[in-house]
Amino acid sequence: MIVAAVPFALWLAAKAVVTLGLMLGVVLVVIWAELKWSAHIQSRVGPWYVGGRYGWLHPIAEALKFLQKEDLVPEAADDKVFRLAPYVMLAGTIATFAVIPIGPTVVARDLDIGIFYLLAISSLSTLGVLMAGWSSANKYSLIGGVRAGAQLIAYELPLILALVAVAIQAGTLSLNGIVAAQTETLFTIGGFDVALPFALSGQFIGFVVFIIASLAELNRTPFDLPLAESELTMGYVTEYSGLRFSMFFLGEYAGVVAMAAVISTVYLGGYWMPGISDDALDWLGPFILVGKIFFIVFLYIWFRWTWPRIREDQLQRMAWKWLIPLTLFNIMATATLKVVL
Amino acid sequence: MTHLDHRGIVEVSDGGVSVELKGETMTLNIGPQHPSTHGVLRLIAEVDGERIATLDPAIGYMHRGKEKLAEARTYAQITALINRIDWVSGFANEVAFIRAVEELVGVEPTPRAQYIRLILTELTRISNHLVFASSYPLELGGATALMWAFREREHIMDVIESVTGGRFHTNFNRVGGVNPVAGGGKSQKKVSLDLPAGFYAAVENAMDRAEVACDELDQLVTGNEIIHMRAKGVGIITKEDALAYGISGPNARASGVDFDLRIQEDSLLPYGDFDFDVITGENGDSFDRYLVRILEIRESIKIVRQAIGSVPDGPLQAKVPRVLKVPPGTAYVRAENPKGEMGYYIVSQGGRIPYRLKIRSASFSNISIMSKIAVGQLIPDLVATMGSLDFVLGDVDR
Repeated sequence: MIVAAVPFALWLAAKAVVTLGLMLGVVLVVIWAELKWSAHIQSRVGPWYVGGRYGWLHPIAEALKFLQKEDLVPEAADDKVFRLAPYVMLAGTIATFAVIPIGPTVVARDLDIGIFYLLAISSLSTLGVLMAGWSSANKYSLIGGVRAGAQLIAYELPLILALVAVAIQAGTLSLNGIVAAQTETLFTIGGFDVALPFALSGQFIGFVVFIIASLAELNRTPFDLPLAESELTMGYVTEYSGLRFSMFFLGEYAGVVAMAAVISTVYLGGYWMPGISDDALDWLGPFILVGKIFFIVFLYIWFRWTWPRIREDQLQRMAWKWLIPLTLFNIMATATLKVVL
Repeated sequence: MTHLDHRGIVEVSDGGVSVELKGETMTLNIGPQHPSTHGVLRLIAEVDGERIATLDPAIGYMHRGKEKLAEARTYAQITALINRIDWVSGFANEVAFIRAVEELVGVEPTPRAQYIRLILTELTRISNHLVFASSYPLELGGATALMWAFREREHIMDVIESVTGGRFHTNFNRVGGVNPVAGGGKSQKKVSLDLPAGFYAAVENAMDRAEVACDELDQLVTGNEIIHMRAKGVGIITKEDALAYGISGPNARASGVDFDLRIQEDSLLPYGDFDFDVITGENGDSFDRYLVRILEIRESIKIVRQAIGSVPDGPLQAKVPRVLKVPPGTAYVRAENPKGEMGYYIVSQGGRIPYRLKIRSASFSNISIMSKIAVGQLIPDLVATMGSLDFVLGDVDR
């Protein structure tokens, strides 16, 4: 329903801003959910007083708290890089929201090379992490940044390879196309057309590998050695305070939502739910997608607060010796079955 | 021909170029303010990438001068200093000290007091091991165990508080027994500090909860694959090293040294009346040290359950003069503190205050082995090893 008189750039900017706003809203809710769910796992209550009974204003209060903190730049730090690093990291994660389809026709920009763009732009946040670790002029930060860099590079391969198999099965790189491929009827049971999301219809290995690799990409436990509080006092983020720290913090949770959105779209069927018509999906779609996002976020939070962290060399070993061969096997199997079936 | 550039020694010849890389180790200062060093411990580490080349612990940041302070205090006042040495197991610190004084004075504690001391010591042992068992996974990254174990520990703290008035720093031992009355001065009426009503029921409840904690920790931590990856084979202390460096307590038992002061001939408390096992490990790695302590919690629960069924009646404190003058002499008494072997050497020259008090603390010897076993480890392994030794800086520095 594009109004032809409105210039394309303005329309695109409007869509980007709306998508960004919606997604950041989801991010704030995810922060609150993490605080609450982790508390209940640990038999605590979590935020309670801020903003009424369940502490739902807590993330806002935290944001305000960070804003009024002292703005520190260490004297020996590399000034420009230090100041730029959080924004590089944040930009990398937020840019992925542009291609996630929220409804059949509701997406900021439906790129034909959707998955390719997604993977490329999310690698930008790795650069931000390395910049932060190096420029902090702090040995702990340096160790944390280098660890993070190595980990992120190692786990990008399973991520990419898992998505290659999806692209083979769907036949397209565009995310809208992948969701559409998951809506195809696979078989009928007693008059009902059954369509299965990719997680259940052939990409189960890829689903599991992608979840593991995305945990590593997000620097979350069990892969949060770069941020290991008990060893390196916050790793590459140690020297950051105030607004810049909140950018990293936001970047981490934006990454969580971004990865969850990617998994929901690519493996769980995105905005689509069987039995709902396309017109209804235009406004129901976002809610369905957010529901799936929260399911994945719940898994992330559950894993974080149950398991301890894996050591860096064990992490690397796991990526190179286990995940990559698994994904390569997955690709071969998918390609073979695609041709045969 | 060879030349030196920023990469190292570069040799160029007809066969090609070879570079011998020149590296430097980095001096990393871990601590004294650090989330996982159990207090203000400073480790000066030379690291090569992530591997530790040398490790040098610098202690003394928490030295409170207890041995010197003791030279100016009466024996009853020193008890208040003593239970702050190893602050996680408050009551257990006092027992050996009081026995040393009793040895000098020549007084035997009453049977009822012995049993009360034993019950309270085992309760602090359970409490200490629960703290260890939950903060060890925290250092490795799993924060949930801490919350669960501390929740169960509150019941034990409540029990100890109902008897002694304090949760950690109990100040409950007196020469000849335990504190019989509170108050009795001008403004307060005398109140008997005998075991309160409902004590046995409260202890049973606390023991049930402690077993729940053990089961939960077993599910969450002991069987956890990641904990196995992080702790098995890490920080191995051989039996010979353990004996040579003076390691004691669960650390030594995990390395195969089958020695527990509680069941020795000169044991301070009547452990011989009870049926329990002494747990030893085989490999001496961090996981064994963790496992030994978890199993020791279960054994201590057994002891407490047997003890509360058979506490003898009688007075809480033997007859000693109000102003205690200790005859001249020396005494060294050691006890099985939850962290290891704790000993007190008192030199008395007659009078109300000691001439010299020397405290042999468990953690001081336990961390002396860090320099040896840390060499060649990665930094995360260092954290795993340090955590598994279960020391506190108050115990190291006194």
